[in-house]
Amino acid sequence: MINNTPPAGPASAPEAEPAGGMTRRTAIKALGATLGAAAFAQAIAPLTEWAENMSLDEYLQKHYRELSPFDLGVVMARMEQITKEETGVDVHIGDYRPQPGVKFGYALNLSVCVGCRRCAKACHIENNHDRPSGNSYIRVLEMEKGSLDLAKGRVNYDKPVPHPDKFYMPVQCQQCDKPPCVSVCPVEATWKESDGIVVVDYNWCIGCRYCEAACPYHARRFNWTKPQVPAAEINPDQGYLSNRLRPQGVMEKCTFCLHRSRQGKLPACLEACPTGARVFGNLLDPESEIRWVLKNKRVFVLKEEVGTQPSFFYFFDE
Amino acid sequence: MNNARVAEQFTSYCRFLWKAVCDATDGSWWFYAWMILLTALSLTGLHAWAVQVRDGLIVTGMSDHVSWGLYIANFTFMVGLAAGGVMMVIPAYLYHDHEMHDLTIVGELLAVAAIVMSICFVVVDMGRPERFWHMFPIVGRFNWPVSMLTWDVLVLNGYLGLNLHICGYLLYKRFRCERPNSKWYVPFVYLSIFWAISIHTVTAFLYSGLGGRPLWNTALLAPRFLVTAFIAGPAFIIVLLFILRRFGGVPIAARPVQVLVNIVRVTLLINLLMVASELFTELYAGGAHTASSHYLFFGLHGANALVPWIWSAVAMGIIATVMFLRPGVAGRPVWLTLACVLAFAGIWIEKGMGLIVPAFIPSTLHEIVEYFPSLVEWQIMAGIWAWGLLILTVMLKIALPILRQPHPEENFPTRVCATSPAGNTGGHSHL
Repeated sequence: MINNTPPAGPASAPEAEPAGGMTRRTAIKALGATLGAAAFAQAIAPLTEWAENMSLDEYLQKHYRELSPFDLGVVMARMEQITKEETGVDVHIGDYRPQPGVKFGYALNLSVCVGCRRCAKACHIENNHDRPSGNSYIRVLEMEKGSLDLAKGRVNYDKPVPHPDKFYMPVQCQQCDKPPCVSVCPVEATWKESDGIVVVDYNWCIGCRYCEAACPYHARRFNWTKPQVPAAEINPDQGYLSNRLRPQGVMEKCTFCLHRSRQGKLPACLEACPTGARVFGNLLDPESEIRWVLKNKRVFVLKEEVGTQPSFFYFFDE
Repeated sequence: MNNARVAEQFTSYCRFLWKAVCDATDGSWWFYAWMILLTALSLTGLHAWAVQVRDGLIVTGMSDHVSWGLYIANFTFMVGLAAGGVMMVIPAYLYHDHEMHDLTIVGELLAVAAIVMSICFVVVDMGRPERFWHMFPIVGRFNWPVSMLTWDVLVLNGYLGLNLHICGYLLYKRFRCERPNSKWYVPFVYLSIFWAISIHTVTAFLYSGLGGRPLWNTALLAPRFLVTAFIAGPAFIIVLLFILRRFGGVPIAARPVQVLVNIVRVTLLINLLMVASELFTELYAGGAHTASSHYLFFGLHGANALVPWIWSAVAMGIIATVMFLRPGVAGRPVWLTLACVLAFAGIWIEKGMGLIVPAFIPSTLHEIVEYFPSLVEWQIMAGIWAWGLLILTVMLKIALPILRQPHPEENFPTRVCATSPAGNTGGHSHL
């Protein structure tokens, strides 16, 4: 069944049109092209507004691990300057490197955690999180006693704590030894450092959110818009790979407060804990408290079956 | 001498491109109306995207709980449509079905348009699209071979290149009134067959490789992707062939349509079997890892935004299967078109929103946060669809003269050149 009808519709191209028709048609085409170009310029106008806020240096900046110490110093000075111009606040951005012989581990005593969520709040303030969304790297689950089933947990509990029938389980980045978030990143914008902390280069991330899909612990956050922190509340002690003010459209995550922990201080969430449920330290130091916990308590990790090998441990006292 | 030949080729190629531009911008008033509609929709989408880049992805309905949505859903579907285009090529080249040969370019052009759309859907999903160069070798850091996304970048661009080469070569040779040299395109056609399988397998591995998302973490995902691709692709092509016959004056033999119908008959049934297998495995044993399937099909703790969608998709799939199985369906254009539309829409839901969104609900900490696409997302989606259709229309318009030849291979030198405005004289010796 071959259809041999002559060309119809758009196919009847104006090959045989009179010259007058051609000029009229050409004129209309030119008009259409002009209108189209004008509409195109209008359509992309927001892009030009957005591009005005970005410098060429920022755009062409290299990956963190390819920046020389001098270049990184220039970059950090530029960022401090921009924060000063935008907010009037003098911040200090430091490049805190992992210390040799250190691998950080974190343990959390579920018997004493009361679910007050002060750790989550301390994280919010310490890490210059977006205020309107109330972002934090820590989510605290109110769990049913007698079950570790996350499906029975709730994060939006609003009754006085601790409830006698519940226990409380804060969850944050588990700093996995086999981090799926790192494997999936197409541009190596996130990686695991020698002290075990998984970091993000906010100036290299392309914002595809594949890592957010890959993480089994809901530990990653995306900057859906430019984070807003009132000038008076900005924490000025900032790390390049941790709590500096983040750009729009990139991923971020818990870094065990590396701007503190790599200087011998404790993470903000631990200092805020009123019950002493949190234990932080160097897994390579046999005398450390974290090693004592691992040796003397029956610890477990979250979702062991997915094979991520967390550096974050949970345990019960009794 | 050699220089002269290069120069001749260059000017000839420029003339070819110019003719393509002329062909693509000339037509009836209906054609102009169609192109203006698509342009307007594309520009609306472009504007919505510009706003999204300026203000951030906060203008979408996505969140840290459901971090992929309509864009990635459409991306997945589009990769399938591109892979499905190869179903014109396999019968023609692997089974030497000569009547299919004439129309393979339709499947290849569809693949080009669908790949462009799928790349667009990834770009609009990015938080920092201007940093795309971070993926480039040397200046950027390309996490290959560990990241499946880098594999996807390679296979999608490779497939785009392959199909552009095949179509471009055939069109250019026709412009020069020369018989295509099979060694310059047939190996690429065979390569494109395997490549088509690879693009959808790799895209499935993007998802099935994530241990933390039980809904995706199944070995059946890649086979299901391929089967649904071989429903959506041929269904689209069948309708496209009818449109080309009706509006483009392209002679469409009964045989290619029948071959495509036979393919869809089988793939529709296989897909139903696979959906049933997944459902049985998920629901019979139960457990926390099946929560996403419960959410998708029945709702979870009062959250049920996707339930009407997925049951519509199931219904469309079943109805389309019944319609396709009717004897003599290939000879009933209206009935067949309806069946194709149902099958296509069903797959769009099932492999789009029905696959991407429920993997995030409940979240990995079992929080239930639902997702509703925002107006901006719908605008951007419509814009990319319009852009893809615009590209497809333009390319088909350029290819119309080839398609109108019942058997281009035989008619090439004489009939084409008699009417060709190219008037090329020295073109026969350059190979």
